[in-house]
Amino acid sequence: MISLIDYLLERRTPLRYLFYVLVFAIVVWSLTVDTSHAHTWLERTVPGFWSLFGLGACIVLIFAARWLSGAGIAREEDYYDN
Amino acid sequence: MTTSGFFHPALMLIIGALVLPLIKEPFRRPFLVLIPVLTFINVVWLGFHQGTYGILHFLDWQLTFGRIDSLSNAFAFIMALMAIIGTIYGLHVRDVWQQVAAWFYVAGSLGAIYSGDYLSLFLFWEMMAFASTFLIWSNREDPDAPAAGFRYLLVHTFGGLLLLMGFVLNYQATGSIAFELLDYDNARLSTWLIMGGLMLNAAVIPLHSWLPDAYSKASITGSVFMCAFTTKTAIYTLARACAGFDILIVLGVIMAIAGIIYALLENDIRRLLGWEIISQVGYMVAGVGIGTALAINGTTAHAFAHILYKGLLFMGAGAVIQATGRQRFTELGGLYKKMPLTLLFVIIGGVSVSAFPLFSGFVSKSMIIAASYEEHLLWTGFLLTMVSAGTFLVAGLRLPWLVFFGNYRGDTASFAKAADPPWNMQLAMLVAALLCFIIGAWYPLLYGLLPHQDIIGDYHPYSSYHLSETLQILALTGVAFLLLKERIGARAATYLDLDWFYRRGGQLVLWLARNPIQWFDTAWGEAYRAVGLFSLMTTARFWSWFDWHAIDGLLDGSACGVRSFGRLLARVLQRGQIQQTLGYTVSFVALLLFVYIWL
Repeated sequence: MISLIDYLLERRTPLRYLFYVLVFAIVVWSLTVDTSHAHTWLERTVPGFWSLFGLGACIVLIFAARWLSGAGIAREEDYYDN
Repeated sequence: MTTSGFFHPALMLIIGALVLPLIKEPFRRPFLVLIPVLTFINVVWLGFHQGTYGILHFLDWQLTFGRIDSLSNAFAFIMALMAIIGTIYGLHVRDVWQQVAAWFYVAGSLGAIYSGDYLSLFLFWEMMAFASTFLIWSNREDPDAPAAGFRYLLVHTFGGLLLLMGFVLNYQATGSIAFELLDYDNARLSTWLIMGGLMLNAAVIPLHSWLPDAYSKASITGSVFMCAFTTKTAIYTLARACAGFDILIVLGVIMAIAGIIYALLENDIRRLLGWEIISQVGYMVAGVGIGTALAINGTTAHAFAHILYKGLLFMGAGAVIQATGRQRFTELGGLYKKMPLTLLFVIIGGVSVSAFPLFSGFVSKSMIIAASYEEHLLWTGFLLTMVSAGTFLVAGLRLPWLVFFGNYRGDTASFAKAADPPWNMQLAMLVAALLCFIIGAWYPLLYGLLPHQDIIGDYHPYSSYHLSETLQILALTGVAFLLLKERIGARAATYLDLDWFYRRGGQLVLWLARNPIQWFDTAWGEAYRAVGLFSLMTTARFWSWFDWHAIDGLLDGSACGVRSFGRLLARVLQRGQIQQTLGYTVSFVALLLFVYIWL
């Protein structure tokens, strides 16, 4: 298993492209899925709604976390030690 | 309590825990496996014979130790299963008191789940709190563990007091101690107190700070047990008492979001997992708040799935900590070369919590989200879905990346000695991993256990729309991770939380006590000694001599006898170690309870 991971890590650039192809395939496939059972109007009207939502969610969460840690909740590691 | 064939599963574990210290190798390990397995069989048997058992009349009250219905059965089933997995994981541990504490802890959880009245619920609730404190204290590697244990105990004592006040007021108002659904429309002070006490154990914000603090300080096996029982038992009690309380929807969503944001920042592997528990329990709290049949089914299913994958992740984290002695991301990395099997298990745990199709989170989490859309709580559905993306980011990507890939950031000695853990730890992880997959792939197995069987047929997790929704979110989360991963890398820092108030506040009280108050006390003591004490002591010494020698000697010397026995007792039982004293007290209470129930 270690050699398999090493093998894959040595080819990380082609792997990354393969991943992007996969993502593209998922998004294209999702456009063909019947949305009549969707929860909301938004999902029915915006094509690839959940892709945009997923990307947006991650960006919002990461930047919220960065902002909070910059806003003063981050302290040195031994903050509570006497 | 043995009437009509009912033998309380918690009692089995308590007896097992009391006998365990007397059992030596080679019988110890078989015994360690046997007791949880028997308990599990007992729970399964009770599941097929649901009803009310173990009714006991105590003073004016009726205590119910065995309310077994579809809701309590589902929770007891997974707790008993996790007790087997956790015990196998800790089979190599020589410190028998850890195993004793763990079994008492599970017994408390099973007892609380089966109890049908507030009094027995409270007893088992406190048993859980005390026993789990010992799982923190048993961590001898971390010098901060004793302090963390005290913080944990104090917070839970506070929660227990809230609960007790609520019970008493509730009894005063209704004259009943039956543990039933509370009346939300006519909520009284007692309703909020009970809800607050239950919420503290479910780590509902703002009563949550104890969780990452305690779980990152407990012993390795201790944290595997703790991650399963306290919060999910509390979810069960909330589902029982507070279903449909819509304030819980708001609190649950806040938990889900705040938990994942802190987990994106944390530098400690078990604090990250602790924050993620808060986030995942947020889904369940929201589910309880929604309170419909589908939502309660979803909450139960998610608690079930969550115990398995979170146990798996904590077991993986424990394996890493045991192998390297490090638990900060700034001192880990690149471990796939040394611990490939642990990596595999952590990834299975990660994809399960991230709700990958074919894994357990996919069939459980979505039910709560579907219930929120069904009730037209659109913002709840969208925000919880946003947190799903964050969950994959944290547990599926950030955690394995920081621990197993990149360069090792610690010292070379700890990297050199790192290896996959012993067979029993691997076996426990394998069982948990297989169950995560089985539940996700053959979901009717899990759905068959859920409390509201009448609506089970209406919900299908593997619809093509749900698949496309999940795959899109997961795929784009992967893209976001590739683009932004450096922003959530390892960074040496502590992140402030609400425990600041009692940790820093505690330090302030300590400073006050050490400086001004101590000075005043010393000055007062000096003045008293100089002025009043001398004359008082001289007179007292004379009368003491007279009493001791003249009167006691004249009678039968009993005072001398009592004193020497008291000294012996103090030498054996009161060694000034609060841990030991507490241990004796809890065991004694458990024994008394056992004797009382038995006779």
